[in-house]
Amino acid sequence: MSYRLGPTTTPDTKFFWDGLKQGKILVQRCKGCARLRHPPRPMCPHCNSLLWDTIEASGRGTLHSFVLPRHPQWPWFEGTYVVALVDLEEGLRLVTNLVDVDPAEVTIGMPVEGRVEHFDDGVSLHQFRPRSPR
Amino acid sequence: MSVSLRGRAAIAGIGQTEFSKESGRSELQLACEAAKAALDDAGLSPRDVDGLVTFTMDSSEEAEVARNLGIPRLTLFSRIPYGGGGACAVVHQAAMAVATGAAEVVVCWRAFNERSGMRFGGAAMAGATMLPPFLDMVGPYGLLTPASWVALQARRYMHEYGVTNEHFGRISVVDRKHAANNPAAWFHGRPITIEDHQASRWIVEPVLRLLDCCQESDGGVALVVTSTERARDLRHVPAVVLAAAQGCADDAELMTSYYRPEISGLPEMGIVAEQLWRQSGLRPADVQTAFLYDHFTPFVLVQLEELGFCKRGEAKDFATVERLSIGGELPINTSGGLLGEAYIHGMNGIAECVRQIRGTSCNQVDGVEHVLATAGTGCPTSGLILGRV
Repeated sequence: MSYRLGPTTTPDTKFFWDGLKQGKILVQRCKGCARLRHPPRPMCPHCNSLLWDTIEASGRGTLHSFVLPRHPQWPWFEGTYVVALVDLEEGLRLVTNLVDVDPAEVTIGMPVEGRVEHFDDGVSLHQFRPRSPR
Repeated sequence: MSVSLRGRAAIAGIGQTEFSKESGRSELQLACEAAKAALDDAGLSPRDVDGLVTFTMDSSEEAEVARNLGIPRLTLFSRIPYGGGGACAVVHQAAMAVATGAAEVVVCWRAFNERSGMRFGGAAMAGATMLPPFLDMVGPYGLLTPASWVALQARRYMHEYGVTNEHFGRISVVDRKHAANNPAAWFHGRPITIEDHQASRWIVEPVLRLLDCCQESDGGVALVVTSTERARDLRHVPAVVLAAAQGCADDAELMTSYYRPEISGLPEMGIVAEQLWRQSGLRPADVQTAFLYDHFTPFVLVQLEELGFCKRGEAKDFATVERLSIGGELPINTSGGLLGEAYIHGMNGIAECVRQIRGTSCNQVDGVEHVLATAGTGCPTSGLILGRV
């Protein structure tokens, strides 16, 4: 059984979690100035528009930072796991996990690629893996 | 017309409980004990008090503290958000109240059973089935503790400037050296070496070892703020507020401000620093000793850069044990800080700054004229410069 601690969705974040359930990493695009933004929020900080739609992120990016949490141990993770901060091609950044990788091989700046995984408790999250540079 | 806060108010009293891992009494009682001790220290009575300021996270109601102390009339009560980031801001708030006449004598306090009660280190999350909304974007991936939030940002700082965990360890050694000489410190008589630091287990690899993380403590600290004029007639040398400021920077989160173009700085401390130097008319070289908020060692280095004690990326060379220890060029955290003395959300560090101004610290720095204090980092924060009359 593979499970994760789930989010508390709010009216501002519901689209993001609904997107993951459908296998998509969605980010907001302002209808006023067309700028993309993440994490989710109701207002565009550039033009103050409250109108937005979403685009699906490519999932391609590079590693900006990463750590290996050791203590405390959580029931949701077994052994060593990598928490990663990823710069997406779209110019946004997100926190995720880097999986299927030897932690000793992880380097800042490495190309990574993400896709959605559905855990057994119904929680859907993006998870990233190393990718070959295009 | 610009009205300056400079010199208008002073800290006239300091009070604290013992610092422990299990106080055995309520947080309200700790708050009352600390407040009464601070008023006794100032030579004032609860009947003189008309203002109370604390942290939004504090569990004791202003009205409850007032009814226990016997404060008959309050004209100011106010709270500061962002945990330890509010430490210097409570004094800022009190000083503004005193300067504008909103209150004449303000008690600022922080009191909690952070070790024996609700711990911040993540133990409370162990049985959780759902995340609080502020952790939605980081918690599901395993960032569930303050240590892990700080580490992901500090890892990038290490990468950009070639900083290692051993560089961070020097802060732990300095703090424990100072704590060793402070009878009130939890780690009194227990200094550590850099080898001890490097042998301690990883909490978040490769950034934070056990000895990079502050303590969890039970206890309370209170400060009495009044006008500099009134403080002159009280028991002790006043610690005059020469500058006080808050700061929140663009695209801030509680402790996960990861989405800015660069994350190797602490821009909220930069905003605080700019105000502190401008208000006080001082420069870093004018400061003889400082309390730099040390919940986690990496951000002490970044603070040295943001405050202008050294250039960006140079803290790893600047922050030597010799320079930052008593007898050095810039002794920091002379009571032992949050790592060595106790974790009272930074209020114990401010009390130590007052002792340095009075000349009563157990690690007294020679010729102190100006002392700098900062508050919790990685979140919206605050700072203070105190001086002599």
